[in-house]
Amino acid sequence: MKREAKRTGVFTRRALLIGGAQIAAFGALAAKLYQVQIVEGSRYATLAETNRISARLIAPPRGRLLDRFGEPVAGNKLNWRALLIAEQTTDVAATLDNFSAIVPLADHERARVERELRRHRRFIPVTLREFLSWEDMARIEVNAPDLPGILVDVGTTRLYPFGPALAHIVGYVAPPNDADVAEDTMFALPGMRVGRAGVEKYHDLNLRGRAGAVQLEVNATGRVIRELDRQEGTPGQDITLTIDSALQQSVLARLGDESASAVVMDARNGEVLAMATNPSFDPSLFNSGVSQAQWQEWTRNRRAPLINKAASGLYAPGSTFKMAVALAGLESKAITPFDTVSCPGYLDFGDRRFHCWSKYGHGSLDLRGGLKNSCDVFFYEVARRTGIDKIAAMANRLGLGVKLDIELPGTRTGFIPTRGWRIKQGKAWNIGDTIVSGIGQGYMQLTPLSLATYTARLATGRAVQPHLTRSIGGILQPGSKAEDWPSLGIPERELHAVRDGMFAVVNDPSGTAPLARLPMPNVQMAGKTGSVQVRNVTREQRENGYKSDNLPWEFRPHALFVCFAPFDAPRYAVALVVEHGNAGAAAAAPVARDIMMDVLTRDPASRRDAPAARVAEAKT
Amino acid sequence: MSVMDRRLIRETSFGLTTKLWQISWIYVVLLCALASVGYVALYSAAGGDPEPYASRHILRFGFGLTLMLSIALVDIRFIARMSWIAYAGGVVLLVLVLKMGHGAKGAQRWLDIGGMAWQPSELMKIALVLALAAWFHKASWERMGNPLFLIPPAIAVLIPVALILKEPNLGTAVITGVVGATIFVAAGLRWWKIALGLGAMAAALPIAYSHLHDYQRQRITTFLNPESDPLGAGYNIIQSKIALGSGGMWGKGFLEGTQGHLNFLPEKQTDFIFTMLAEEFGLVGSLALMALLLTLVLGGLLIALRCRHQFGRLVALGISMNFFMYILVNLAMVMGAIPVGGVPLPLVSHGGTAMITVMIGFGLLMSVHVHRDVEFGDGRDEF
Repeated sequence: MKREAKRTGVFTRRALLIGGAQIAAFGALAAKLYQVQIVEGSRYATLAETNRISARLIAPPRGRLLDRFGEPVAGNKLNWRALLIAEQTTDVAATLDNFSAIVPLADHERARVERELRRHRRFIPVTLREFLSWEDMARIEVNAPDLPGILVDVGTTRLYPFGPALAHIVGYVAPPNDADVAEDTMFALPGMRVGRAGVEKYHDLNLRGRAGAVQLEVNATGRVIRELDRQEGTPGQDITLTIDSALQQSVLARLGDESASAVVMDARNGEVLAMATNPSFDPSLFNSGVSQAQWQEWTRNRRAPLINKAASGLYAPGSTFKMAVALAGLESKAITPFDTVSCPGYLDFGDRRFHCWSKYGHGSLDLRGGLKNSCDVFFYEVARRTGIDKIAAMANRLGLGVKLDIELPGTRTGFIPTRGWRIKQGKAWNIGDTIVSGIGQGYMQLTPLSLATYTARLATGRAVQPHLTRSIGGILQPGSKAEDWPSLGIPERELHAVRDGMFAVVNDPSGTAPLARLPMPNVQMAGKTGSVQVRNVTREQRENGYKSDNLPWEFRPHALFVCFAPFDAPRYAVALVVEHGNAGAAAAAPVARDIMMDVLTRDPASRRDAPAARVAEAKT
Repeated sequence: MSVMDRRLIRETSFGLTTKLWQISWIYVVLLCALASVGYVALYSAAGGDPEPYASRHILRFGFGLTLMLSIALVDIRFIARMSWIAYAGGVVLLVLVLKMGHGAKGAQRWLDIGGMAWQPSELMKIALVLALAAWFHKASWERMGNPLFLIPPAIAVLIPVALILKEPNLGTAVITGVVGATIFVAAGLRWWKIALGLGAMAAALPIAYSHLHDYQRQRITTFLNPESDPLGAGYNIIQSKIALGSGGMWGKGFLEGTQGHLNFLPEKQTDFIFTMLAEEFGLVGSLALMALLLTLVLGGLLIALRCRHQFGRLVALGISMNFFMYILVNLAMVMGAIPVGGVPLPLVSHGGTAMITVMIGFGLLMSVHVHRDVEFGDGRDEF
């Protein structure tokens, strides 16, 4: 028994020791638990929230673009699309086959879908096809039992109701690129679009709005469990343009098949009522991605449908520049309205002979006669007396060769040469260069938009800037009233002398553009033709009876016409360029007259206030 | 032992009613309480649904409880005679699992018996406790000093440990070794030998590390620096600590644990069930659970101390040590204190056969308690 007692005692002591060790171990675990749960608790609590909550952005609807009467020219339409959620089908391939039987998927589309399916987790929807037609959608819904995992979802897409007619003004949107996403994380959202051209690009910040945020509870695989919090974003602002979409369509129709552009402007405030460029393109194609074939067709077309000729096309102004020369001459006192110049059909200067367009000459002419007949010799002489720098300064004041405040990215400034520019090139400025500048030839290059601005400034004497925005988010923007624009500071007497000449061009039976005379009793139009050669006419050609009609299309001269009306109280200015249209008087003037008739009949500038007010009211 | 202390040694066998009366019903109630905690935890782990875990858990517990009470009534001396047979059976199963078992991550741990997957290593631990207890039952203090006497039980420990390591299942092998060693210590192993053994183990650690499998080493590396691979191997530890820590003092409330319910917590119905509870019930809840677990461990120790024969003492100690080691490894694992290894929290974690093996162990413990005072020679005569 003693032996038994000995080992019982040893067992008891050691068991108690073991028990003590066990209690100590539990104590250590409890201490560790205290440290994790209490001491470091708040840190882990934050981490748990970070795990759980996923903040996501909600795309704001893009603001609409409206014409001056509230007609949408860029809106959002519902876009029905078919999505596939891989985890909801047992056999992805079979589902895709069944889908293809209803809505055929091209091989490359199918390859894209399969690529995206591999890349995303199985519960993330992959877009099969966007822009579903109503019929396709109905067929998908009817066949739903055969299409497990496929659902039809609605997003928005940009809609351009006027399509090509306003493409160059409105511009277009396209899916954002990496740089856009870096600038604004909102662009990572599916279906987001960013303005890539035109007003869509210029006003992109106003149009895009601000993304809302939603806080979602997600599980470990990223699946959304429920919505915790939602902050609505700010939708993009609607922007009302100065454009009259009906007028725009009408102008475009009048341009016909010509490669041409026309700008119609409210001469008193610079509002662009129409800016038509022919040919054009369908802006909605950029929304879904332009095909290679379509892109090649556009870029190879020598009529350049993607170029906004009105704002970015550069042309020598030709005779339409003569008013600027005249005003420069009048202001520098190089001429007076009553000085006369004799035109024998040419001007000899040094060893060069400068021809008038009329080889028989115009005889003795004053300013009015010079403009009426568009006598080249008269303006050679005025330019020679005035000097290039004064002409350039006047042209710049009139809106030529300077940067204009138009809301179109890609607008070209144009160019008016000066003596300094030539010297900077390391060349000498010759008087001959001044002489050809007198008839708008030589180095100068101008856009139809700047010619319209120039005409508007001539008509009103105010430094109006062309612009396209009337109101943003219902708030009228400055510049819509004539008083918003400062005077050019050119004496009315001098302006009147020039306008008088322009009046004669159209309304005098012996003027260069009698075809442009308005068939209206009380309203007269003043204008000026221009024809500019796109290559030099050689002496040989001149002597052999040069006729531009016989040239191939791309070598024919451009036809230009600028005009304003009504003459007594100028309201509308129009500039028109018909590429390779030959003579301005024949090809451009009648078109410009019809456009002006149209404008005067519609009179958008005076109709605008009532509807615009209604649009503003509807917003509030 | 003084004459005053000597209690009456009971009859060789006594009636069923008396035996039932001798069962420690307080201990049974505590076990039921622990199983109920398991029900609550598994109900939450299924997202507030008794299916698929909680209802099956309680059914299994019912079966396990019946099994436990049945074993409690079996005469401890009969169990002692069966010890080496059980041990032999355990070793056979361990060999079988290496030959035809199945498992995951290159480890073969499971064996299908009766339509259920068993881990023979779990059964082996109990069989080893029985075998060692039977061996040392006949060991006087003097005999414990004889090294030759210690060699057979040492081999009896090393065989299953080696087989379990081969599966490989490092966690269970370590627990088996520790449980075996504890019985050696309690049986009266000399202190200098204990010190020698600890020293030898410390020396062997680097060699052991070099024999570890890649995934086991990965676990250790990850454990030392979980943030080194936050989405890979370190994910479990980090998410478990986030769940524990975010529970705070009072917890997020029943069924409100975000880490568990949103699946950030891995294996929440098995290995990480404690984390799940700690997230929802906070430090208060987890300490309460730990108190319950400690009570059960110490209760086992108390049964050992109250037993009047060496076999029963050693079995009770071994069983309670085994239970303690489960808890220690599991809790230390979810708290990120030791490398992760698939050790469940007994009676709380989901898992059928593990619960049944644990309940067999508690059955043996209870049998020791019921038969604490039976006449049971020191074995010289009987063995």
